[in-house]
Amino acid sequence: MIKTPEKIELFTADGVPLKLSLARVQRRSKMVAFLMVSPLLLFMVFAFLVPIADMLLLSVDNSIVERILPKTVKSIKYWDPHDDKLPDEAVFAAMVEDIKKAKKAREHTKIGTRLNYESSGFASLFRKAGRKVKKINEPPYKKALIKSDKRWGDIQTWRVIKQFSSGYTGGYYLAAFDLKRDFADGSVSSLPEEDSIYLKLFLRTILLSTTITFLTLIIGFPLSYMLAKVPTRISNILIIFVLLPFWTSLLVRTTSWIALLQQEGVINDFLILVGIINEDGRLAMIHNATGTVVAMTHILLPFMILPLFSVMKTIPKSYVRAAISLGAHPWIAFWKIYFPNTAPGIGAGSILVFILAIGYYITPALVGGSSGTFISNRIAYHMSSSLNWGLGSAIGVILLLFVVLLFLLYDKIVGINNMKLG
Amino acid sequence: MANNHKSEAYVSFQNVQKTYDGEILVVKDLNLDAERGEFLTMLGPSGSGKTTVLLMLAGFETATHGEIILDGTSINNVPPHKRHIGMVFQNYALFPHLTVNENLAFPLQVRKIPKSEIEERVANALDMVQLGEFGSRRPMQLSGGQQQRIAVARALVFEPKIVLMDEPLGALDKQLREQMQYEIKELHEKLEVTIVYVTHDQSEALTMSNRIAVFDDGVIQQLAAPNVLYEEPENAFVAQFIGENNTLSGQVSSIDKDTCTVKVGDGESLQALPIKIDGVGSNTMISLRPERVVVNPESGTYPNEVSAEIKELIYLGDHIRSRMNVCGHDDFIVKIPNSANHAQLKPGNSVKVGWMAEDARALDALETT
Ligand SMILES: Nc1ncnc2c1ncn2[C@@H]1O[C@H](COP(=O)(O)OP(=O)(O)O)[C@@H](O)[C@H]1O
Ligand SMILES: [Mg+2]
Repeated sequence: MIKTPEKIELFTADGVPLKLSLARVQRRSKMVAFLMVSPLLLFMVFAFLVPIADMLLLSVDNSIVERILPKTVKSIKYWDPHDDKLPDEAVFAAMVEDIKKAKKAREHTKIGTRLNYESSGFASLFRKAGRKVKKINEPPYKKALIKSDKRWGDIQTWRVIKQFSSGYTGGYYLAAFDLKRDFADGSVSSLPEEDSIYLKLFLRTILLSTTITFLTLIIGFPLSYMLAKVPTRISNILIIFVLLPFWTSLLVRTTSWIALLQQEGVINDFLILVGIINEDGRLAMIHNATGTVVAMTHILLPFMILPLFSVMKTIPKSYVRAAISLGAHPWIAFWKIYFPNTAPGIGAGSILVFILAIGYYITPALVGGSSGTFISNRIAYHMSSSLNWGLGSAIGVILLLFVVLLFLLYDKIVGINNMKLG
Repeated sequence: MANNHKSEAYVSFQNVQKTYDGEILVVKDLNLDAERGEFLTMLGPSGSGKTTVLLMLAGFETATHGEIILDGTSINNVPPHKRHIGMVFQNYALFPHLTVNENLAFPLQVRKIPKSEIEERVANALDMVQLGEFGSRRPMQLSGGQQQRIAVARALVFEPKIVLMDEPLGALDKQLREQMQYEIKELHEKLEVTIVYVTHDQSEALTMSNRIAVFDDGVIQQLAAPNVLYEEPENAFVAQFIGENNTLSGQVSSIDKDTCTVKVGDGESLQALPIKIDGVGSNTMISLRPERVVVNPESGTYPNEVSAEIKELIYLGDHIRSRMNVCGHDDFIVKIPNSANHAQLKPGNSVKVGWMAEDARALDALETT
């Protein structure tokens, strides 16, 4: 048994408790430290944390329905969608009133667009209703509305509205996984093969990113090895060549690959010139997965080389020498001693390249064609073209979670502390 | 020196030269023999080419010229992994991703020795360096001294023909270094293994070695046993480099059979042993160990007797270290044994100092001083 000494309260010379006085001193230095990092902290909060939180919210946000159709949402609560009966008069009355208001505020098409994501036809339904409701001024609203468009008499329409009347929805996530909910019984099933795109895109993104990571490793490893071996004077110059791509625009780099790889491009011309292929056999190396892999391997190569190089630089020459002097053939010394010591660099480089790759979208968009685009291209599409921000956010969140998962896995297997980023 | 043992030489450098850049010879015409079971140390200042010699022996550098012979065969064309030479590096070079056991097993595994024998030999090697319980640790979890011992054990475990050590204790603190010196020396005596050791620390070299090769500028200045090196340095560099040394520069005025007379700066004539002088009239440097100087001798007992002025006294317990002005040199050090009659010594006092002619060695004059 170890005896713990009794705690005695200590005082400074002028009678202040020692702990208090220490806390005072530390508070000052903590304040200073905080002030120094506060600009960065603010930047991080507004440029990083807030957007991510916003994305998380957007991916489940469904408040638009309740905002534009407040009365309908309230009254449809009492309707049972499994009843095989249309909602009663009150719901129709609420709907007419809501649409009238929305029409005034020019928001009726927005709700249409929102519900159209879930079930096509809603956009036109609400657009038309916007035009017709001004003539419906007295009960029975049910009859009048159905008369204006018979889709209002379809129980399925109301089931969709009921389904999406709450403020939050998992609908975007279902869509991101190519799933759909049956509006009648609420069960979830996958979309038919020909309609499913996201799972295929996720899979392709992961597959191509893995390929790219692997290629950068295969190309980057010997390069870094050489860089680490030559005298510092020379390696400093060579590092500049590695970094050169960073100083040219991404677009320039990507388009130069187009010039090289396209059907009428330099490589095809050369292959014809030396007679390896003939005029009809020009290779399709761009606007497909090959183009994406080639261009992105080139663009991401520095992110593999730099961590590898910085790790290799710190491996003392004496390790391999020791192994050889102990009787190991130089190959065995390399494989058994040198290579395992590069693991932190391989880990850091791979995870860096992989994470950058799965989030890349400019290059796949330019050279990927239809078979070489990534899931991020889909996010960009939803953010800027279809304006389905909810779905875009949901895909973004899935991607984010995947990366976090990968990090945790890496931490578990290799240990984050072992990672050297340069 | 060792030339008459040529037939016994286990390791032999013959006219070895080495240049890295084709301009400067880092090793100049090296001839060096080591006997089986010998502890041979290469001692010299940093940059004198010691590591280069060791690397040539290990096979990591090729000799530009000359031949290196190990156990009767030339190894110039034998790749390093086939030389069976153990090596201990200054930074230990223990493999960080392997445990201590795996580190020790490595040289045995690459030799395809059966597993059970490997385990036994690894355990024995660990016991030998008193680290039996540390087998499952990683090198990083050991202290510097422990890592050092593991490195030695690893270099010995495969029973190499010879073990090379390049400043293996350089990273340890003084106390640990001295302890390790004795441990390595003990291992050497117990295992009767040939060791070629490199250091720039002269006391380390004196403690451990059978023979010491003093290196400077790619040339062996003297190769001898520690006591010989200290007592009978053959040139000024060795005299300066090994131990503490007083130098008095002057000109040779006459040479007898066993002694010569040297006229030093202030006109005093001193008797010395002619070791390395060019003849009458040449510049020379008399080398004299501080502990061979006697203060206030009975007059007439020593051939050399001059007056001195005490500049500084440092009390060191067993002796008093005194800096004096002698023959115009005021960095003349005398070690005075601590006895009762030296109480009257004070800075500023004038005393007489004397020494034997045999203790004063007339050597070549270093250009640098
Ligand atoms: N790999 C090398 N390339 C060029 N010059 C070298 C190399 N290694 C050592 N030298 C030079 O050779 C000389 C002797 O070095 P070294 O053998 O390491 O001396 P020491 O071990 O005695 O300090 C030094 O001048 C050093 O600069
Ligand atoms: Mg050295």
